[in-house]
Parts: sequence; structure tokens; C-alpha cells
Amino acid sequence: MKSKPKIAIIKFASCDGCQLTLLDAEDELLAIADAVDLAHFAEASSRLDAGPYDVAIVEGSITTEDDRLRLLRLRDECRWMVTIGACATSGGIQALRNFADHEEFIRAVYATPETIHSLATSTPIASHVRVDFELRGCPVDKSQLLEVLSSLIAGHRPRTSTESVCQPCKRKGTICVVVAQGIPCLGPITQSGCGSICPAFDRGCYGCFGPTVQPNMAGHSQGVLLPRMSERDAVNLLRGFNAAAPSFQQESVRLWQITQTRDSTR
Amino acid sequence: MTPIHLGNNSDATSTSSKSSSNHTQDRNQWPHGFLPKEQFPAFIDLLNQSFDEVIGPRVDQGAIVYDAIRSASELPHGWTDVQSPGVYRLERKSSIDDSRIDPSCEEEYFGYNVGPHSWKKYLFPPLTTLMKSKKTTDGWQMEMTAEPIRRRVLLGVRACELAAIAIQDKVFLTSGTVDPIYQTRRNHLLIIAVNCTQAASTCFCTSMNSGPECRSGFDLAMTELSDGFLVEVGSDAGQTIFESLKLRTVTTDEIDRGRTRRARAVDQITKRMNTDGIRDRLLSQLENPHWNDIASRCLSCANCTMVCPTCFCSSVDEVHELTDDEIVRQRRWDSCFNVDISHLSGGPVRDTIRSRYRQWLTHKLATWIDQFDTSGCVGCGRCITWCPVGIDLTKEVATLCEESS
Ligand code: SF4
Ligand code: SF4
Ligand code: SF4
Repeated sequence: MKSKPKIAIIKFASCDGCQLTLLDAEDELLAIADAVDLAHFAEASSRLDAGPYDVAIVEGSITTEDDRLRLLRLRDECRWMVTIGACATSGGIQALRNFADHEEFIRAVYATPETIHSLATSTPIASHVRVDFELRGCPVDKSQLLEVLSSLIAGHRPRTSTESVCQPCKRKGTICVVVAQGIPCLGPITQSGCGSICPAFDRGCYGCFGPTVQPNMAGHSQGVLLPRMSERDAVNLLRGFNAAAPSFQQESVRLWQITQTRDSTR
Repeated sequence: MTPIHLGNNSDATSTSSKSSSNHTQDRNQWPHGFLPKEQFPAFIDLLNQSFDEVIGPRVDQGAIVYDAIRSASELPHGWTDVQSPGVYRLERKSSIDDSRIDPSCEEEYFGYNVGPHSWKKYLFPPLTTLMKSKKTTDGWQMEMTAEPIRRRVLLGVRACELAAIAIQDKVFLTSGTVDPIYQTRRNHLLIIAVNCTQAASTCFCTSMNSGPECRSGFDLAMTELSDGFLVEVGSDAGQTIFESLKLRTVTTDEIDRGRTRRARAVDQITKRMNTDGIRDRLLSQLENPHWNDIASRCLSCANCTMVCPTCFCSSVDEVHELTDDEIVRQRRWDSCFNVDISHLSGGPVRDTIRSRYRQWLTHKLATWIDQFDTSGCVGCGRCITWCPVGIDLTKEVATLCEESS
């Protein structure tokens, strides 16, 4: 991709935080604007060119039928599709509805529930169309996002590490909060990318970058979470920004079932 | 003070022919002296004046870490560590009831064992820039990054840590390829060792023949008493400093007290690993079902390899800014617990946690011997304490080798 790639930044159900990460890259923004053809970036410009695009950078999850159809059309209009952020890659925090009664939520929240046409689930982009590269995080990390953009410009696959959050944590010299303070942490089963920020501030990892490639979820619950918190609290910790990432979801459902069985035998 | 010539505290870095710089054979010919506690702060000041950096223990984020020390007041005076598998607690010695603590010596500077950091971060840094290349009108211009030389003191190095440095000397200096970053940093070190006077429940240096007494590989070694330090010289550089301190000679009472304090550490070590024929015993257990049991607990998070003072894996990446005409080559600590590290065309060779844990343990304790003629483990116990699920390699080895022993 040696000529200036035509890029569209498109959003679905999301908070816009990932796009803001791009706007936050103040030092690099001019260079980006110079190196690519930003055909559609509603956060930054009123220029909203129609497709086709070389690359669609997609933020947000699919939560309405209209959005689902809009995504299918977009996929036909772009050569490469890169999804950014927890919403687009796993369904986001709004996927908490997947574990509950969606109709009941609507009735509780809206004065006129009949005007709301949303789907019962929040799903990642890759559940609907082919995605070429997924960038994790809530929000995505600025330098990883720049790595994706620079790779697109240079024409190679972006290099993002698949190691656990523990490794940058250790390279920085941060003291493990699990071992030294007994604080539960999702770091061992979460993919790095944020720079292991939370443990450096005496907090456990919240799992913003989703599961590692081969997470040992049950071993983690057994050895890291449950000695330090109840099953219910562990379910809540796993149901964060990546609640519907398959391994996080399976584990939170498994732990939830344990609490249910115990309650029913009481 | 006369100039201090560094880099002669190990056989690996010694360039001169068998000089007197290594003291193991004629240990008692080197002088011993007594440094009173009142003079200790001035000693730290002297080190800071004579070197670019004094690295030593200090309290940070609930642990004793290694960092730059500018005055004796920054040392963990009166603090200790209480360790067990997956658990580390920093405690004031005076406020805990622990039989390990010598009641006559509660206010020590070095009254702890080993923490989450190891000296490896100063010799084999976690993240290093190796090279920069720039595209110019004349083509690519490569520039090796030469680090500025920093003369460092490592203050408070334990016997197991001296052994770990000796192992990394083999890996990075004498086993074929010389790592220039390691070499430069290594040649500019002054190592001040400290004999352990207590042990953690995770320590097993006696099994690995690496401690708790410092025998070689240091410039100076100290044993802390309630009223001062016994100071022992281990190299020419150590001798220069020793002379400038003008210490009085030690009394027989002080020698006895030092011996008693060092014996406390030996007595407190309860963890054992049977190393007799361990290479063959472990390698005969490659299909033992117990690996599956370990794999159900291990998270493949790599903490054990990050904290291990001998683990040396790294990976090298080329990183570029938005435009691809300036490229930086970076090296960072990597781990055999990462799926990607064994990725070949067609996929990763070690695609399960079972195979990765097995690779780590058998390399560390068995095939390391083939490769470097030494075990890769010095018995510091870091991997036991800092494993978030508390996997203890000594227990796993015992279970794995049960049948054959
Ligand atoms: S604090 Fe969390 S991320 Fe850091 S090493 Fe410990 S478990 Fe891993
Ligand atoms: S042994 Fe412990 S520290 Fe090492 S990878 Fe497994 S869980 Fe992590
Ligand atoms: S394997 Fe464990 S006990 Fe042995 S040297 Fe490494 S961290 Fe220390």
C-alpha cells in the first residue's frame, strides 16, 4: 500500500474513546494526516466522503439491526477492516445485557419502550463480518494505534504483543499487587498493551485488553481470584469491558453457576 | 583515594592471567576489618562520591527493591520480608513475632533476604535500544547505540545472587558469543556482597550449593552485627576501598559473632531440592502425567522467568515511527511461557501450558547443565514467592521424580 491509503473511521455502539485516542496523538496527527487520506473521520472533520475505502477502522459493537446492515454495507466498501477497542473486538461494557433480560432493561430505562429497537445482545464486529486485524483495549493504547496506522502506511502486518500484562508489569519493576498486597488481578490472563498501568497504582488489572491467547481461566480463578474474593465479586470483575470475550464469558458463567447451585442447596 | 580498577571480581571478566584478584584459594590472606555502624553512612557517601551510581535495597510499593541509593537513610533499616509461595509481606522487624529474627539485632540494614527485583536488570536490562537506522539520500545509515559507561556499585548482593551473576557471566560472556551491553556494564561494577543472617521459607541455596555464605565473586563482603560490619576483601578493587576506609582489625569475639549470625541463616533453611542426578531423573519424566496437574494451575504468565536472576531470554523488535524511514531495534526480556516465542512457520512448537512449563523446568534444572555446565537455578526462591498462584518448583520436582528416586 504505497500510495496514500484512503481511510475511514467509522463508529457503531461505543463511547468514542478509541477515536479520541487518535485525536490525543497530537504530536503525530499532522504526520498521519499527511501520510493517509482521511476520507471519513466525523470526530475530527466535516469531510465525510463515501466509500470505497482502502481501510475502514471500526469502533463500537453491533447493538441494533440498522447498525448490523450498515456494517454489512461497509464491509463491501472497504478492502481492509481493522477493529479498535473492546466494544468492536468483544462487545464492550454494553455486552452486560447479554447476561440479562434485555426487554426488562428497556422497560426500566425508557419512558416509551416501544420506540426502542435494539438487539438483545451486543456483539463484536467479527461476529458479523470478516475482520483483518483486531486492536484490543478500553480504550486502545495510543502507541499500538500508531503502530497499526504506521503498518498500514508501510504495508505490513501490525506488531502487537500477545504476552500477559504481567510481563510489562515486571519489566517496569512494578511490585506484583497479588503477591505483595493480596489484591486480585486479571493481569496473568489479560493481554498486554496498556503498559500495565493499574498495578503501578496499587490496583489489580481490570482486563481492558481482553484474554491472552491461551488463558488458564479456571486456574486463575482458583489461584488468584477466589482466595481473595467471593465468586460473586469474581464474576463482576470478569464482567467488565470485555465481559463477552469468549473465555472471560465462559468463566464468569461457570462461577455464576457455582453461586447459584450453592444458593439453591442452602 | 587511589583509582579503583573494576571488573576483576570474576574469572569471566578477568583479563589478566591468574592474578591475585580472585581470592577463593587463599581467602584468609585477604584482610578483614570492622566497620562500626556509626561510620556506615559515611561509607555510603564515599561510595556515592567515587561511583556514578550506588544501587542497593530500598522500600518501595510494599517490598524491598533494588534502586539508586544516595544515603544510608534510604536503606531498609529495620525492615524484613516474610515470604511463602505466592505471598510476600514487608514487615517492621520490631513489630512481628518471628523466630527467624535475632532479638539482639532488630535494627539491621540488611535484615531481609531477596525481593522481586534482581541485579540482572542492571546487567541485562529489561528493555534496551540496540541500534538505530535512518533512511537518508545515501541509503540506510546504521548507528549502534553506545550506552554511556556508568560505574556502578551493587550494594547488598547475596550469595545466591553472586552465583546467579556467575551463571549469567557464562551465558553472556564466556559461552561463545559476547553480549557487549552485558560486558560493558559488568566490567564497571563494584560488588559489595552481604552474608545472609536469616533465611526465608522459600530459600534453598544450600541445596543448590550457592549459599548462604558469600565465597567468591565479590569485591567486598560484609556480615552485619548489631554494632557494625565485618568487612572482607575479595579483589584488588575491594582492597583499594578497604584501605581508604582505614578499618581496625576484627576481634576474635567479632569473628565468633559473625560466624554465629551466618549460621542462623543455614539453620533457618528448610526447603530442599534433591539435585543428585537431577538431570537424568528429570529428563526421564517427560511423559509424567503430573505435568498436566501443573498445567491446570500454571497461568503461563511468565512472572517466574521475569524474576529469575538467571533467565536470559529476550526478543528483538524493529520499531518504527509513523513513517518507515527511521527504525529502532529494541531488545526486551521475553519468556519461554509466551506462545509466540516458539512460533515457527506453521505455528507455535510449544502450544500448551504443559509443554511450556515442562520446557522451563527441564531447561532450568537439566538441559542447562548440558548447555552451560551448571544448573540454571541458584535456589533464591523468587519464582516461588512471585508466582501469583504459588507454584513451588521444589515440590513439583519432588513429585515428578518420586517414582524414579
Ligand atoms: S500485579 Fe497483576 S499484572 Fe502485575 S505481575 Fe502481578 S498479577 Fe501480573
Ligand atoms: S509457574 Fe507461576 S509465575 Fe510461572 S508462568 Fe506459571 S503461573 Fe506464572
Ligand atoms: S529458578 Fe527460581 S529459585 Fe531458581 S534461581 Fe530462578 S527464581 Fe531462583
